[in-house]
Amino acid sequence: MKANTSSRLKKVLSAGHLAVTSECGPPRGSDPEVIVKKANLIKDHVDAVNITDNQTSVTRMCSLAACIRLKIMGLDPVLQMVTRDRNRIALQSDILGAASFDISNVLCLSGDHQSFGDCAQGQNVHDIDSMQLIQMVRHMRDDGKFLGGDDIKRPPQMFVGAAANPFADPFEIRIPRLAKKIKAGAEFIQTQCIYNLDKFEAWMKLARDRGLHEQIYILAGMTPMKSAGMAKYMKNRVPGMDVPDALVKRLSDTPKEKQAEEGIKICIEDIQRLKEVDGISGFHVMAIEWEEMVPEIVEKAGLYPRPEIK
Amino acid sequence: MIVADKKPIEEIIEELGTHEKILILGCNECVTVCEAGGKKEVGILASALRMYFLNQKRDVKIDEETLQRQCDHEYLEEIRDRVDRYDAIVSLACGVGVQFAAEKYFSTPVYPGVNTCFMGATEERGLWTERCQGCGQCILARTGGICPVSRCAKRVLNGPCGGSTDGKCEINKEIICAWQLIIERLKALDRLDDYEALSPLKDWSTDRAGGPRKVVREDVQP
Repeated sequence: MKANTSSRLKKVLSAGHLAVTSECGPPRGSDPEVIVKKANLIKDHVDAVNITDNQTSVTRMCSLAACIRLKIMGLDPVLQMVTRDRNRIALQSDILGAASFDISNVLCLSGDHQSFGDCAQGQNVHDIDSMQLIQMVRHMRDDGKFLGGDDIKRPPQMFVGAAANPFADPFEIRIPRLAKKIKAGAEFIQTQCIYNLDKFEAWMKLARDRGLHEQIYILAGMTPMKSAGMAKYMKNRVPGMDVPDALVKRLSDTPKEKQAEEGIKICIEDIQRLKEVDGISGFHVMAIEWEEMVPEIVEKAGLYPRPEIK
Repeated sequence: MIVADKKPIEEIIEELGTHEKILILGCNECVTVCEAGGKKEVGILASALRMYFLNQKRDVKIDEETLQRQCDHEYLEEIRDRVDRYDAIVSLACGVGVQFAAEKYFSTPVYPGVNTCFMGATEERGLWTERCQGCGQCILARTGGICPVSRCAKRVLNGPCGGSTDGKCEINKEIICAWQLIIERLKALDRLDDYEALSPLKDWSTDRAGGPRKVVREDVQP
């Protein structure tokens, strides 16, 4: 993790603090105030803010433009990039565009299949995959070169992240896959939403057994449940999600008007439990279309105030 | 083989417009095996069209013919002496055959009678599945003999993606995750350690991306 970046996220992590990140989904329109408003709700409680890249393949304002907006506000954006919609020319070009605004974090993803979104009849690109995107950004940064071999003037200084899903199948390659992302050059991980803490802790132990936690910062992904209905939906309908029956039951047993409050309480309890797990470097709090709850979660989980970083 | 599927007859009728002398031209190769464009399907389509035109009280002549192949000059030449009798050909060959026929009989309209789908295998009668996209640079040696280019919806070379659940693809529970298969196969070959080797960026210039392709073999040229 040698490169010198202006990433606040990297500075917080390398100073040994538990980092807090969150995410904002860009609007389905061109109103810049939407993203500014969401960012203002969370800016004092997080170190960096991910901007999603046409998540679930629904067309939205581009991640790069929304990241620039956050950068102008003085925040530290994490540019999410999926390999679904752009080939290697466009990906390199957007990395340089981001770097020209000193956007210093990138999260490399493959992206949901376009069949989930509003352009199901569209072509997908997948010129490179998420693992190769990690390699590409590291190559541009560390070697200062384009994929084609030419020198980059003022190479990008990106802190390079990747996603990990400790719950996806097949489980036996979950740790080899993490090792592979580290080998590709990933420096931080933001995990899939964690609800099955026992399974996540088992995954973390396997990561520690291979010493992977010392080679990469792992941020645990936390998404509060708004209702028992959401828990059921996440359990049954969202690919790669592991929601234990006990959690669904706890929410179902709570009166409807108190379920949101209970969901926040569970999220805070989970963070407090995971804070004690060796190898966890922070939390990625994804309160989906519920950004206003992030400050309360962060405060009550004992992660506030955020550290001062020079 | 090349797998094709039948076109809806309404679409073929629409294509044929006002033509009155039509040759339905089948192919004895792949489209016969996948039961979309062989002699049998030529007969079925010809009968259906005759019935349709009869009902329409239109006098349309429909002839049938099935060639050994439509992707070879030699076999396509067999109809040269009678092509002039027709004002349209409906080729039930794959897209290759349709085009080759159109190139050869330049002043005769040639319409496609099937939708050409992919290169695949017969899993069982009535079920064909894709196996190859002809990317021009085979990587099967590295992936346990299972192709992520043709069998993964995102053609990820370092999979599986986060959407793999219970061994199935995120886009459809009927589709097996190619990377699940690759991992199982690497395990069976006692080569699971290979999984951690990073697959490099693929050179797509030998794929469709590089433009129309050709294979030149001087050693076998006359």
